[in-house]
Amino acid sequence: MLRDITLGQYYQADSVIHRLDPRVKLGATILFIISLFAFHGVGGYVTAALFLALVIRLSGVPFRFMIKGMKSIVFLLSITVIFNLFLTPGEPVFSLWKLTVTREGVKLAVLLSVRLGLLIIGSSVMTLTTTPNQLTDGLEKMLKPLNKLKVPVHEIAMMMSIALRFIPILMEETDKIMKAQLARCADFESGNLIRKAKSLVPLLVPLFISAFRRANDLAMAMEARCYRGGEHRTKMKPLHYEKRDYMAYLVVLCYLAAGVVLGKLLPI
Amino acid sequence: MGIIKVRDLVYEYIRRDEEGNVEGITTAVDDVDLDIEQGDFVAVLGHNGSGKSTLAKHLNAILYPSEGTVWVDGKDTKEEKYVWDIRQTAGMVFQNPDNQIIGQIVEEDVGFGPENMGVPTKEIWERVEESLKAVGMYQFRKFSPNKLSGGQKQRVSIAGVIAMHPKCIVLDEPTAMLDPKGRKEVLRAVRALNDVEHITVILITHYMEEVIYADKVYVMDQGKVAIQGTPREVFSEVEKLKELRLDVPQVTLLAYELAKEGLRMPKGVLTNREFREALDQCRR
Repeated sequence: MLRDITLGQYYQADSVIHRLDPRVKLGATILFIISLFAFHGVGGYVTAALFLALVIRLSGVPFRFMIKGMKSIVFLLSITVIFNLFLTPGEPVFSLWKLTVTREGVKLAVLLSVRLGLLIIGSSVMTLTTTPNQLTDGLEKMLKPLNKLKVPVHEIAMMMSIALRFIPILMEETDKIMKAQLARCADFESGNLIRKAKSLVPLLVPLFISAFRRANDLAMAMEARCYRGGEHRTKMKPLHYEKRDYMAYLVVLCYLAAGVVLGKLLPI
Repeated sequence: MGIIKVRDLVYEYIRRDEEGNVEGITTAVDDVDLDIEQGDFVAVLGHNGSGKSTLAKHLNAILYPSEGTVWVDGKDTKEEKYVWDIRQTAGMVFQNPDNQIIGQIVEEDVGFGPENMGVPTKEIWERVEESLKAVGMYQFRKFSPNKLSGGQKQRVSIAGVIAMHPKCIVLDEPTAMLDPKGRKEVLRAVRALNDVEHITVILITHYMEEVIYADKVYVMDQGKVAIQGTPREVFSEVEKLKELRLDVPQVTLLAYELAKEGLRMPKGVLTNREFREALDQCRR
């Protein structure tokens, strides 16, 4: 059933990484990504790979789930690798017809694929160990200072979580409308692109109408339950930093320091 | 004064064209008086467009009267400073379970109301537990609402309202989108609230079978209260109900038809059991 889909790719397990405060995971992921671009030298990347391996080990998520995320970027990755291989000017290694592979090109291609690979795996560790709900909670609390700049942080987080709640419902609705229109001889398959796009109109119009109706109902239900924005609101599951969260920050800092030092010691 | 008092309530839907000129006025509720005492189980009956849902929305300060006054727990709904008090006193459950569940996990949804009221975290958890237990959904607290049946979802919605500790719950056709099994589940939960927790229940419905347990029934037609009284009194007026295009419960109708054929049947038979007893009386 469509309703059973889980958004994101959360992997249910009980590990230290799962239990970390979402803010820690968000912050660490951002720092990790920055570090991938800031490190220079083999030492830095080896440190990054080792750090990531440790985190994956701790998370208890099987490695094949990480690889899943890689599949979607294989195409992008191969294109960039090929372009870098052949089109970087420099000292030629060997020639293939009119194309020349250069030493610099090889270096750049390897560097790029390592960076991208670590980046994708690193961020999927976060999405695999954090529920979408925790993520929105974490974002809300992290971005709270922006409230002073009149950014409606609570409202944005509320919209995100409502969207997450309604995506499966609207998917099911799409499916229902599609079947209903198929029963009335609608054709969603044949024809060129323009015809196909046009044939989506009888699908999208009822879907939008129903979405608006749902939104209207939901707004009324929320008001009836005393919802009046983020002020005076308490949290059922408030976020608190615990000892392990501070430890995690410390580990990330150690990793950054190690990466910088080793990157200096072992340059490319 | 009772928990809810309505006097001379009129509500008009004003239709406007694109320029904002008034195209027409529909009077959805027309001169209605209601008196509901704390702890009552009140049913409001009526077919589509009889104004019963519009009336319900006045009890929760979602709509404001065009004329007349609504008092909830002694507070006038038109006064802005009371809005949140009133919404907390009179909780509301709507028809479509999917469109009123906000949380992605059952327990989070039940906690939504208390969160909005600013209840401390520890107490939220206590309230969530007790309200989920009251509707018999405690074992589903970690579930996603998308994985529940309609009746279960509606019970979660009811728990969400109870967690706000209201004095009164208004249910606006809570069973209209449910299958018979779900309908029974929800009604059982509602009756338990009334019997055990002594919460005032106002049940808006068009199913006749659901009102026979009520203390008082109001039948609405074209925005007016057409008949009011105990279920027995209301169902004694079979002819009038038929006029209002409302179905009478099958037993009641059978007893009525038998009485017309000359059998000695009491008026307003409501349950199979009463019917059987009445029939036994006739045989003797």
